[in-house]
Amino acid sequence: MPAAAIELRSVNKWYDTFHVLKDIDLSVGSGEKTVICGPSGSGKSTVVRCINRLEEHQSGSIKVDGVELTNNPQSVAAIRSEVGMVFQQFNLFPHLSVLENLTLGPIKARGLSRQAAEERAMHYLERVKIPEQAKKRPGQLSGGQQQRVAIARSLCMEPKVLLFDEPTSALDPEMISEVLDVMVELAEDGMTMVVVTHEMGFARRVADQMIFMDGGEIVERGTPEEFFGAPRSVRCQKFLSQILQH
Amino acid sequence: MKKLFVMLVPLLFLTGCSSSSTWGWYVINPMTASGWTNVKFLISGMGDTIVISLIAAVISIALGLVVALPGLAKHRGWRLLNRIYVEFVRSIPLLPMLFWVFYGLPIIFREMGLDIPIDPFWGAVITLALSDSAFTAEIFRAGIQSIARGQTEAAQTIGLNYLQTMRYVILPQAIRRILPPLANQFIYIVKMSAFASVIGMQELTRRANELVVTEYRPLEIYSLLILEYLVLVLVISAGVRWLERRLGSDERN
Repeated sequence: MPAAAIELRSVNKWYDTFHVLKDIDLSVGSGEKTVICGPSGSGKSTVVRCINRLEEHQSGSIKVDGVELTNNPQSVAAIRSEVGMVFQQFNLFPHLSVLENLTLGPIKARGLSRQAAEERAMHYLERVKIPEQAKKRPGQLSGGQQQRVAIARSLCMEPKVLLFDEPTSALDPEMISEVLDVMVELAEDGMTMVVVTHEMGFARRVADQMIFMDGGEIVERGTPEEFFGAPRSVRCQKFLSQILQH
Repeated sequence: MKKLFVMLVPLLFLTGCSSSSTWGWYVINPMTASGWTNVKFLISGMGDTIVISLIAAVISIALGLVVALPGLAKHRGWRLLNRIYVEFVRSIPLLPMLFWVFYGLPIIFREMGLDIPIDPFWGAVITLALSDSAFTAEIFRAGIQSIARGQTEAAQTIGLNYLQTMRYVILPQAIRRILPPLANQFIYIVKMSAFASVIGMQELTRRANELVVTEYRPLEIYSLLILEYLVLVLVISAGVRWLERRLGSDERN
């Protein structure tokens, strides 16, 4: 069996005395798509943020592509270079053009020439279907376009794994599908993805593994068929009935 | 410069002529040979005032940034270093600091076996830069803290290290926001450079003092001195406005 792309073993995390993550075990195979859902405050974003060390876990182990995440800056750098991240608030750099947003990492962190970086940037901008916006500032784009630029920015680092932290939660409803379409295409191309989202239609379509979290624990996990068809826990049933009733 | 002066002086004449005995404008009347000599003498201090202020401002900004960064660190020890520097340096009044640097520091240098003379020019520059750096550091700290945390996180996830994140992501955004308070500090430096006169620097204020001693016309000469600073500060203000427009810091976003 090939090594899992992401492997979490009994990961625990506290904010002071508040126990945010309780014995999280999670394994994501290469090319697999995992969707994490749950009520707010359940710790789902924290899991994702621990995977690329935006947050530190206090016990347990996190391995990405076989490399264990420790305080050693080299291990953090090694893992970050394999892991891309898309944020709820996009977090584009407002003072740079779209193209500069995309080339900054490849040029400064990877040492690519400007020309190579720009070619790569245009390639991924075409993939997210907004090459014509390359010269604009993020502030001139719609929310959906900004999020697609953010996805392209992650892709420009050519990561093995992409993490999404509620990528459509800050978007107006009419822009959600343009972002989800791009994510579905990425999934179909075989990208390993961990997605925190409440978009259950998207989850049904691409997920290999569904995770439901509540109170810092993984309460339920399974294939989408099991998960949506016959959720075992009461908490998960209640959650699904709440978000699916509209 | 002469043109500007000729435009400004009639204004003062208007206020001065009402009771002609109080004012004696002849002392700086550019139409007479002696008056023009005096005016040239006063205005020629402009160069030193500008150069001292500019060098001090550049050092202060560089030093302020270096002091501000530990103030933003996670580790308490670094933050403490920042606090000690800022609280200590900003508590020292400028004049005592000037005396300490000009008269005291050379003694320390000599004790250390170093032959570094401190002339009035560098004494003034070092004092102004040090004294101002504590304020610049606080401006930088506030500016950097005002940039959303997500910017740093996004920079980290595309592989930038700490210095690259500062250089390419955080500082360009922070500079736009802190330009107005930095300009305030620069104006403050220009005005405080007048203290350099007490250690013998022949800048604007020193020259005015010297002329007052020979001409006994403090009202006219110090009025002109105030005008000279006004002109300097107005020029700086205009320059900063231009810079703000260029960097887009006058825009809301």
